[in-house]
Amino acid sequence: MLSIGLGHYLTLAAIIFTIGVVGIFLNRKNVIVILMSIELILLAVNINLVAFSIFINDLSGQIFTLFILTVAAAEAAIGLAIIVVYFRNSDTIRVEEIKNLKG
Amino acid sequence: MIAHTVFFYIFSLIAIVSAVMVTVSKNTVHSVFFLILDFISISCLFIMIGAEFLGMIMLIVYVGAVAVLFLFVVMMLNVAEQKGQWFSSRWDGGTHIPVGLLVSLIIFFELIIVIGGWKYKPDLLNSLSINISTDVTNTRSIGNVLYTDYIHLFQISGMILLVAMIGAIVLTYRERAGVKRQSYVKQISRERDEGVDLVEAERNKGVKIDA
Repeated sequence: MLSIGLGHYLTLAAIIFTIGVVGIFLNRKNVIVILMSIELILLAVNINLVAFSIFINDLSGQIFTLFILTVAAAEAAIGLAIIVVYFRNSDTIRVEEIKNLKG
Repeated sequence: MIAHTVFFYIFSLIAIVSAVMVTVSKNTVHSVFFLILDFISISCLFIMIGAEFLGMIMLIVYVGAVAVLFLFVVMMLNVAEQKGQWFSSRWDGGTHIPVGLLVSLIIFFELIIVIGGWKYKPDLLNSLSINISTDVTNTRSIGNVLYTDYIHLFQISGMILLVAMIGAIVLTYRERAGVKRQSYVKQISRERDEGVDLVEAERNKGVKIDA
């Protein structure tokens, strides 16, 4: 318990991942919060990769984290652009009123 | 060692609490602030564990760019009328809440089971390709690998960013009516025949333009 090992970091990542998933499942408020939950999930993945990279002494994990950061930034930009366009067209971003796809 | 443990627990507690607050916050602006707090504490963890470069990059990219982008969009869209609604649903009366909680609880316990039963393969450490050397800084060792072994992936990630930028601009661009714009094509493709008109002027009568 006193010395921090790989398991601690993995557990932290699991908790944050689950919170992100809960955010996606339960959210009926607006789409921006769902995008933020996706960011949380990506953050959990990054924690996993960095923790493994440090604890098994291999640099590849940190490189992968760098690429995940890139993709996350691109995804956030595109997602927010889509939200802005949607809001311009239909004047709402409430999740339960977005039902053009009949989903 | 003790300090390391204490700081790990402090930072991870802040991270978990702020992650919860991101999802349950009634105000979207507060969610963005808690997201920023989450990123900051996780990057502190990264710096503590020995991945300084990634911690700093997290600060710059997430807190400096992505979170500010979120704030900007929240400000730009009028989400103020949605304040004070907490997972409320107008149609199904909130039946999705227990189901969602159950499914995510199952996901969490599956993850914990996987972590608890984790064992290294005995020959894992022999199969490593890039060891972290202790006599070079973290930034330098990442640079050594990133610009040599991973150069193609690095360039492709640059292409991804370019495509994302173009895509965001194209998506949000709109043509406004009634705005006079300069047309380069029209300007450049003007010929002498349409620009200059030679008129034979009669004596004592002058020339009528646009007759």
